[in-house]
Amino acid sequence: MITKKGISAAPGVTIGPALILDTEEYRIPRRTIPPSQVPHELRLLDAALEASREEVNELRLALARKQGDTAAAIFEFHEKFIADPKLREAVRAQIENSLCTAAYAFSQEMGRRQRAFRAVANPYIRERVADLYDIEKRVLRHVLGRAREDLARLTEPVVIVAHDLTPSQAVQLDRQHILGFALNAGGQTSHMAIIARMLGVPTVVGLSDITAEVSGGDIVIVDGSHGIVVVEPDPPTVERYRQQQREYERFAIRLRSLRDQPAVTLDGTAITLLANIELPEEVTAAIEAGAEGVGLYRTEFLFLSGPRLPTEEQQYEAFREAVVRARGRPVTLRTIDLGADKLAPAMGFQHDHNPVLGLRSLRYCLTNLDLFKTHLRAMLRAATAGNVRIMFPMVATIMELRQAKAALADVMEDLEEEGVPFQPEVPVGIMVETPSAALLAHSLAREAAFLSIGTNDLTQYMLAVDRANERVAHLYCPHNPAVLRLIRHVIRAGHRHGTEVSLCGEMAGSVLYTQLLLGMGLRCFSMAPKDIPEVKQLIRSTTIGDCQRIARKALQMDSERQILNYLRDEARKVLPPEML
Amino acid sequence: MTIVREVVIPNREGLHFRPIMQFVDTAQRFQARVKVHCEGREADSRSPMELLMLVATHGSKIRLEAEGADAEAAVEALGALIESGFGEK
Repeated sequence: MITKKGISAAPGVTIGPALILDTEEYRIPRRTIPPSQVPHELRLLDAALEASREEVNELRLALARKQGDTAAAIFEFHEKFIADPKLREAVRAQIENSLCTAAYAFSQEMGRRQRAFRAVANPYIRERVADLYDIEKRVLRHVLGRAREDLARLTEPVVIVAHDLTPSQAVQLDRQHILGFALNAGGQTSHMAIIARMLGVPTVVGLSDITAEVSGGDIVIVDGSHGIVVVEPDPPTVERYRQQQREYERFAIRLRSLRDQPAVTLDGTAITLLANIELPEEVTAAIEAGAEGVGLYRTEFLFLSGPRLPTEEQQYEAFREAVVRARGRPVTLRTIDLGADKLAPAMGFQHDHNPVLGLRSLRYCLTNLDLFKTHLRAMLRAATAGNVRIMFPMVATIMELRQAKAALADVMEDLEEEGVPFQPEVPVGIMVETPSAALLAHSLAREAAFLSIGTNDLTQYMLAVDRANERVAHLYCPHNPAVLRLIRHVIRAGHRHGTEVSLCGEMAGSVLYTQLLLGMGLRCFSMAPKDIPEVKQLIRSTTIGDCQRIARKALQMDSERQILNYLRDEARKVLPPEML
Repeated sequence: MTIVREVVIPNREGLHFRPIMQFVDTAQRFQARVKVHCEGREADSRSPMELLMLVATHGSKIRLEAEGADAEAAVEALGALIESGFGEK
């Protein structure tokens, strides 16, 4: 039994046999086999080599028809390579002599060959390492049992174990037979995590080397709620997790039943709950979860996915899809927030000495006006399909807001002249995520249609803590009294000027903070779709009066720890125990 | 009896993908095991990987060695193939 800790990406518990997917970039685990299993492994090797050779042959013939012989010649070489009798001999010898699996022996032999290629001074041969990778992947896929192409037609429920999956791979999976995901790569906001939450499949990401610990067919537990994966668990562990699984399912059914209930406090105040999304496809899942619209669409994901910048049409299509899926509900498109930790390959970012304080986000857009205007054109055009709002991130001075609005006005003029249809009446708001914007909230509220407090960056800038730096990350907390006072200031400024204020940082999705924020006067929350049912449950269990008392008391406290303990106690009073 | 023949690679690109494929195809037509030597390295004439690792380029000296029933014919055919420059320049 091996227990591995990763990052929780989609909640829930699942138990089942592992299916190893995509052999790229990972080690096959070393497993000693009994001598009696040797003939089986040898047959497996021969069958995999033969199947791979046939596959390459088909590829070659198809390619020769379409592209001609030059491209096809590469696969002809692959075919010969797979059929190399010396390769087969070497792998067979290793299986027999060191009693290991065919997968392990093959990957070891290919590893040796790749190292040999790399050691050669001749660049032509060194570059052939890529061909060896390709051949290795293909054969291993056959050795390990199933080809990727078969994923749409699984016959039994499995836990997918892989280095990483692309969103397109993930969505073509046969949902019925996918119990969970355990992945080496990724974080909470990686595409795969988003898709897993959308599919409602328990998922742990960021496991770094889970693929090296699991063999196909091993029983694996994925505890997506706690970010834990257990390989080959013992019976008591299985029993413990089965129990958790039943509890989680009961709880999930209760939360789902909340979907169609309004987010109204016990004393009758209606609260708006919106979703933060990264992909247009997520809108549907967000509405399923009870969102009344999109409070934050992180458009930069379009820019991060490929080596080239997305064209105006590509951007337009993505925005339009989100807007159409929202069916008249508001969709807040945030202009690209790139730089610092998010770098688009095609944008040629220079290395800033201090990237979070450097040329990023709106600042980058204002110095690259062509790119910015193309981006805004796509937004204004997509706005004809429904209810769009545009939001500028990282505003630090009032001039930046004015410049961004001027760029938007220019774009409207261009579209008008060209006779391209667009929606001119789009509310334009800003994110309040720098301390200066928060302190200037009164002025900004006069010129912006709405303010959205981005507590992730606001906390980081307010406390001068880079939360990605593990040596100081413990100092990062949004419930720091200074941060709370700043948030209260922004909410009050919005109310004074009749400007809508929402909050779209991670704080909005944590039930710990819901009562505090309601008490400070916040009436609009934007969060990951998965968090909506819990926050709604809390809203429906409290009163504005109680929340105001909680906020007053919390804001008098001067230490983060004291505030956190107090908020936890107050949340416990109104929530069922399994939610905290 | 061991049959030996020495040839020099005449084509500019040497033993790259395409010549190796022709070489392997030719070698497979014979029973004899033909060994290919180049600057102290050795390859099996039926193994594309080993042939590539010879790093035999334009002007490299190649020694073919074979034993067995059709060894002479095999060495003759493979030697001629190399000297023809694999139909390349």
